[in-house]
Amino acid sequence: MNNPPHFRGFKPIGMPEENHPVVMNYEEYEAIRLSDSVLLGQVKAAQAMGVSRPTFARIYESARRKVAQAFAEGKSIVFEGGKVYFDSEWYSCKNCSCWFNHPAKEDKVTECALCGSSDVEQYKEDSQQIGITDKDC
Amino acid sequence: MKVCITSSGNSPDSKLDNRFGRCSYFVIYDTVTLGMEFLPNPYKEIEEGAGTASVQLIASRGVSKIVSGEFGIKIKPLLDSLKIQMIVLKNEEKSIQDIVDMLNH
Repeated sequence: MNNPPHFRGFKPIGMPEENHPVVMNYEEYEAIRLSDSVLLGQVKAAQAMGVSRPTFARIYESARRKVAQAFAEGKSIVFEGGKVYFDSEWYSCKNCSCWFNHPAKEDKVTECALCGSSDVEQYKEDSQQIGITDKDC
Repeated sequence: MKVCITSSGNSPDSKLDNRFGRCSYFVIYDTVTLGMEFLPNPYKEIEEGAGTASVQLIASRGVSKIVSGEFGIKIKPLLDSLKIQMIVLKNEEKSIQDIVDMLNH
């Protein structure tokens, strides 16, 4: 999964705080995002999430029901857990020519993790090419 | 903060080891106390799963960054989920002391 949401959920306007929010997994959030926001087909969206198409359909169906339930009953939605890991972004430093990734996505990268130089650049392409090899090492 | 550096020997003059899971020594460097600890890699000669076993060893030390020459394909998602930062340095000439100096910038 590429982009974790930067917020923890949704609240309906004009409803009292209630104790039973709809709990939505990150994979359900991602399924809706890929299908209805990025407008990918099911096959492509399933590939992007690394699951089979039927599995994707199941996640997506569950996600829509949760959104509908929250929408119809004025419930809030909270994002929580699920079987996901976040793909981190990679940066390169021009000073010491190293590569580093950035697990804390919320913070902006301003300096090299190794030498502290501010001459860093985000790596745009597929990060599989650098440093990451398919050897079992 | 603790940083792990893969080393080919057990002194600060040793060079960076290019492989993560099969390096000779792990150096655990503490940026607060400036202490260095050399751990021989017990998984160096293991047939399979050296990388994942090494990650467990390193993670148990509370390391938040790892400096190495390369990381295996199984390691990336593992470190991502543990929120450990990977730093890939493609320079075999750098000694452990050089890297520690860079970290202290």
